[in-house]
Amino acid sequence: MQHIVEQFQEQVRDAARERRPLRICGGGSKDWYGQTVQGDPLDTRAYSGIVDYEPTELVITARCGTPLREIEAALAQQRQMLAFEPPHFGPDATLGGTIAAGLSGPRRASSGALRDFVLGARLLDGKGEVLTFGGQVMKNVAGYDVARLLAGSLGTLGLLLEVSVKVLPLPVAETTLRFSLAQPDAIRMLNEWAGKPLPLSASCWLDGVLALRLSGARAAVDDAVRSLGGEVMPDCARFWADVREQRHAFFAGDMPLWRLSLPSTAGAVALGSAQLIEWGGAQRWLRAPGDADSARRIRSAAAAAGGHATLFRGGDKSVGVFQPLAPAIARIHARLKAGFDPANIFNPGRMY
Amino acid sequence: MLSSIEVDPLRRAEVARALRAVLPERCVLADPEDTRPYECDGLAAYRQLPMVVTLPDDEAQVLAILQVCRTLHVPIVPRGAGTGLSGGAQPLADGVVISTARLNRILKLEPCARTAVVQPGVRNLAISEAAAPFGLYYAPDPSSQIACTIGGNVAENSGGVHCLKYGLTVHNVLRARVCTIEGDVIELGGDALDAPGLDLLAVFIGSEGMLGIVTEVTVKLVPKPALAQVIMASFGDVAAGGNAVASVIAAGIIPAGLEMMDRTSSRMVEPFVKAGYDLEAAAILLCEADGTALEVAEEIARMAEVLREAGANAITVSRDEAERLRFWSGRKNAFPAAGRISPDYYCMDGTIPRKHLARVLARIEEMEMVYGLRCANVFHAGDGNMHPLILFDANQPGELQRAEDFGAAILALCVEVGGTITGEHGVGVEKIDSMCVQFGARELEAFFAVKRAFDPFTLLNPNKAIPTLNRCAELGRMRVSGGVLPFAGLPRF
Repeated sequence: MQHIVEQFQEQVRDAARERRPLRICGGGSKDWYGQTVQGDPLDTRAYSGIVDYEPTELVITARCGTPLREIEAALAQQRQMLAFEPPHFGPDATLGGTIAAGLSGPRRASSGALRDFVLGARLLDGKGEVLTFGGQVMKNVAGYDVARLLAGSLGTLGLLLEVSVKVLPLPVAETTLRFSLAQPDAIRMLNEWAGKPLPLSASCWLDGVLALRLSGARAAVDDAVRSLGGEVMPDCARFWADVREQRHAFFAGDMPLWRLSLPSTAGAVALGSAQLIEWGGAQRWLRAPGDADSARRIRSAAAAAGGHATLFRGGDKSVGVFQPLAPAIARIHARLKAGFDPANIFNPGRMY
Repeated sequence: MLSSIEVDPLRRAEVARALRAVLPERCVLADPEDTRPYECDGLAAYRQLPMVVTLPDDEAQVLAILQVCRTLHVPIVPRGAGTGLSGGAQPLADGVVISTARLNRILKLEPCARTAVVQPGVRNLAISEAAAPFGLYYAPDPSSQIACTIGGNVAENSGGVHCLKYGLTVHNVLRARVCTIEGDVIELGGDALDAPGLDLLAVFIGSEGMLGIVTEVTVKLVPKPALAQVIMASFGDVAAGGNAVASVIAAGIIPAGLEMMDRTSSRMVEPFVKAGYDLEAAAILLCEADGTALEVAEEIARMAEVLREAGANAITVSRDEAERLRFWSGRKNAFPAAGRISPDYYCMDGTIPRKHLARVLARIEEMEMVYGLRCANVFHAGDGNMHPLILFDANQPGELQRAEDFGAAILALCVEVGGTITGEHGVGVEKIDSMCVQFGARELEAFFAVKRAFDPFTLLNPNKAIPTLNRCAELGRMRVSGGVLPFAGLPRF
């Protein structure tokens, strides 16, 4: 495998010398996410495989090109999981792409975000050097936490070679309940329940129906089912996978998809079109045009509610996929980029 | 002990005058009589009188201090309660301390959103106390939580005995409002679960006061479990104890707390707290379950079975809250107990992959002979974070040096088995040379790039946490690639 790293290093050094941008790609399952990038492809898929997995240490380390499904299969065999429940968005998703995209799935509000589970990373920087940050242990405060900074950096700081992530046991029991609730009531109830010691693990509201997933010890789930009421939903594993992978009917069609990230308690944000609400109220999907006027309207509504909006899929990317940054924050971004990637070759402009 | 550097009185007068021009008189301390209490933090072996101490009342004053320091090129050392164990708040003879002591208000507590907005000087435990009427608490519980502040917790990414299940500071902080050395006020994170752009909050937490001055923190509050119960299990040797921990995890259980003590530790604390520990056991394991009554009963039964199969000689389950707290009291009082039986102790903080526990403890036992000092081991077993307590007497010539050498050798061992030199106490000044063992020149350069991105003037807590390449080169201790570490005779300080 070392010769593959050497090939990467050579490609990076050549690109840096000639100032030719590189477009890092794995399985291509999330190519549509973020701003469009021009550049020579840097294909990670050859650098694949699980490097280390010890279920009793609750840590898995794998190379960037490892298919996500391979990792999830290895974990499932030991009755463990990636608790941030990452969306794949296609059969070929890789670990590197998953970490770089930084997206978390339905369990986010209760178990934590992808970045919460990143323990360490090996990075190929813009000079072609291999750097190691963090490690395979859960508590580590030696040096700045660069490994977590790389989560969600969309490949703009370098090529992730290897990542160590914390894993958790699969819950013993899981049940989904369904409630008929109007949007404001659903948001209110979700926040109220989240303040109680209940084994909540996911929520999804659409069209007056709230689905609530409970996961944990058998006794805890049974207790919660008794105290919450509602109707038990059959075949719920498929439902949550469809929500996570955006195969649910809500996500069908060509209308652009916006993602609103808001405080969970934010009231209904009226933007005139259908919304699907996850994460206990903190993640809201919106089908609305992706032009400059809509972008302005949606972004100011999200900001007024205390959050931000992303033009997640489709639309006109020239309006900016991500909410603009405050100037002082943008300056820090630019310096970090220059520090890790001085020749500006890795996915330039993918984020901003 | 390091000799401290004299403060230049002319420079002190100049800086104090400039600060007094923009701050109320009571916010600036320059007389050595007033600044003496700030000469060290929890790493008391190292003392240095600061040039000036400032105690701002609000964010505007923090910005004013930063501007004066920027203009006069004065380094800044931020300070919370000063409970840190690695010297992160150790002052500089030519520097200004910014104490958060007066920034001590809980600004907002929102039970519905399960968040609290607090100033950096608010004590960790005060947040949980304020949240208690709503059935909520702030999860990270470092053992200094009565005194330590949230600002310090953010700087160190503090953990606690429950972090295997509930996470560290980085998992429980949603937002930090930060004054930069350039005079900007920036918001990292936010009230939503994520913010646009790079995750600067993640890199800021645990940055040991080197990237900015926090003026507000929004923390996540979590529902208090209805019940908690703890199992105390005895093992005939430490390897069996370590394997039992692995068996609990393999059984798919994440205990709310999972702690181990060796015999030296249990014998050290028992006379002090009368916890009822088995003093014959080579290792004692504390294993906690929390949740609803039925959930706890289910988990305790499963854990007890796993521990028995893993070879526990004796198993006791706490019968009530008083007994649970008593079982924990020994573990939580390990540090004070060390102070009771030994004139001085030196607390280490390495983290290792748990599977190497028996090997590492055996090597530490050998080192006790080499360095001629005793060592008690308490261990956050769930997450591999060890706290060897090296017992010594600083009044005996050479003992402090031997304790420090012993400590550095333990840290090198932690790195050798794939772990880290610090799990939760931070690098500060104490472990800065051990950083050269864990990281190579390229990583250190990358850390400096991060530092410069936030602090281009290198004025915030300079010369802490990240050693310069020169420093490492002078020590001849750059990380050896290939993993072989020349271990004996690793000098320290």
